[in-house]
Amino acid sequence: MKVLVAVKRVIDYAVKIRVKADKTGVEMNNVKMSMNPFCEIALEEALRFREAGKASEVVVVSMGGPQCVETLRTGLAMGADRAIHVSTEIPLYPLAVAKLLRAVAANEQPQILLLGKQAIDDDANQTGQMVAGLLKWPQATFASKVYFGDKNDVTVEREVDGGLETLRLQLPAVITTDLRLNEPRYATLPNIMKAKKKTISKLTPEELKVEIKPDFKILEVVDPPKRKGGVMVGSVDELVDKLKNEAHVI
Amino acid sequence: MNKYEGHSQLLLRPRTTQQVSEILQYCYAGRLAVVPQGGNTGLVGGSVPVFDEVILNLGAMNKILNFDEASGILVCEAGCILESLDNYVGSRGYVMPLDLGAKGSCQIGGNVSTNAGGLRLLRYGSLHGNVLGLEVVLADGTVLDLLGTLRKDNTGYDLKQLFIGGEGTLGVVTKVSIITPPKLASTNVAFLACEDYVSCQKTFAQAKLQLGEILSAFEFLDRYALDVVLKHLDGTRDPLPDSKQHFYLLVETTGSNQLHDKEKLDAFLESAIEQGLITDGAVAQDISQAASFWKVREGVAEAMGKGGAVYKYDLSIPLKDLYTLVEDMRSRLKDSATVVGYGHMGDGNLHLNIMAPKYDNELLAQIEPYVYEWTAAAKGSISAEHGLGFMKAKAIHYSKSTAAVQVMEGFKKLLDPRGILNPYKVLPSPSESHVISEAT
Repeated sequence: MKVLVAVKRVIDYAVKIRVKADKTGVEMNNVKMSMNPFCEIALEEALRFREAGKASEVVVVSMGGPQCVETLRTGLAMGADRAIHVSTEIPLYPLAVAKLLRAVAANEQPQILLLGKQAIDDDANQTGQMVAGLLKWPQATFASKVYFGDKNDVTVEREVDGGLETLRLQLPAVITTDLRLNEPRYATLPNIMKAKKKTISKLTPEELKVEIKPDFKILEVVDPPKRKGGVMVGSVDELVDKLKNEAHVI
Repeated sequence: MNKYEGHSQLLLRPRTTQQVSEILQYCYAGRLAVVPQGGNTGLVGGSVPVFDEVILNLGAMNKILNFDEASGILVCEAGCILESLDNYVGSRGYVMPLDLGAKGSCQIGGNVSTNAGGLRLLRYGSLHGNVLGLEVVLADGTVLDLLGTLRKDNTGYDLKQLFIGGEGTLGVVTKVSIITPPKLASTNVAFLACEDYVSCQKTFAQAKLQLGEILSAFEFLDRYALDVVLKHLDGTRDPLPDSKQHFYLLVETTGSNQLHDKEKLDAFLESAIEQGLITDGAVAQDISQAASFWKVREGVAEAMGKGGAVYKYDLSIPLKDLYTLVEDMRSRLKDSATVVGYGHMGDGNLHLNIMAPKYDNELLAQIEPYVYEWTAAAKGSISAEHGLGFMKAKAIHYSKSTAAVQVMEGFKKLLDPRGILNPYKVLPSPSESHVISEAT
């Protein structure tokens, strides 16, 4: 069984984000980029499927400019068997990514498509759901546990607001991963060395017969308003006065 | 560490150099002993009053006075906490040239007075090179303004060098002028496994050759140290769970170009593995992973403290003999204690820690003076970076000649004739040194 994992290159989770002075976006120059943490969890889960004998091949795919190759290399260094780079300079939003993923999945024919539940740069939480819709495959999002059944199915526990929901899906299926699913492994030397010999094949949206029209235009990016400091009051009377006449809550 | 208990009755927290000067004038006149104190994170009892010395804490003098963004030269008061300074210069594109586990509490005045080393000495050098100037208040209250901000100034004797590492016994540091290196964009951290200490040494030689200008840290810890950390410290993760080796190395590179640095690191790792110098390794793929590798190394001191009583020794030993002391101590103490070795291998600095269920004088007798004699015989230093403080005040002769100690005593008499600054610390008391010079 083949597992396809989609990964995204984002600003490293630990970096302090700064908005650009011209408000067109966030500062990306000289800023550390890494694999989206939820994508890392997705890849880790795929590798565990392979180690448990449930999957025979783990393929990792990423879309965007040439720097995506770095993220794919990390994926290979973690242990993925091969990588696909969908190369384009057009800004990609969830629907475009979903269409491209559908095309890649049509070529690769995986039994499971794994994605992170959302990317930490846009927090969209849309791609997995959209590609499942386009493929007409069942989906289980925010997975916190995945078990294999014996009738070509998987059982997935999902973290939802009310608690845990358990779904059983017939394969092929789309699963998006949540934080508690697993703890991703470190990339170790033997795998890092092997990764150099693994293939990263390159495709373009044209080759996949997908037309990308950016359906979004970012108008402005600004910092949230600065939180005003607290004020010490000298007496209860002063407090009541402020609550009444400044905050207007009583 | 719960090793030393002070008995002072008075703590003073001046806000200005003028106040420090007035305090010292008063104490000098009345022959009142004073202990200068910063963040109180020292490891040799240097900031703890032995009897009832007045504690002079610099914590309230924590203003940043000036930062020149073109040159990276920072001028600040002695009570500034190292981590705050690092954050301040960090947001302006620079880093402090030193980094140590205590950064959240230690103050720059204390760092300077101890000539603190830390994790990045390998790359940025010691405070003797990075400190450009100091403002110091002498024992009689005289304010000595040596607060230059020049990279080069060869006019006369470089007095500030006396106070750097002077452990508060020659003067109280009130202001510091220090040069900070630019913050470079690309950092890589690798955690490597080696079978024996000889391989660690060869890996270091290889790292210097292939990583050269981008090498920014080279730390080691033995199997025992790793086990203690994983056992006693929450939230730590074994970077190499599938390899149970005897030695581990943490190698960090810092450079200006991610692509170039990655290439250099990959080439180094490949040759290290091919030559059998390392048996396994992991490379951090993002900042969180790098932080978790560092947590393992930086957490050793704290983890050791949770295991019971710890005897800590901070020694400089010629690289080839560095680990032999650990092995000798282990066979000497056998089951009575757990002997752990780790430290700044790149600087030839061993942190020897001996862990036992409780402090025990019999055990101590087995450790000291053996560890000091061993180090002296290997022509090492009994205190690489922690200083002498109270703990090693009588041990200086293991690493310095009588003549050298006599000159030091001369300086002490010159700058603090009434002996009010941090007595009982650093140098042996006059009667003891008299005995030593008679014996030689």
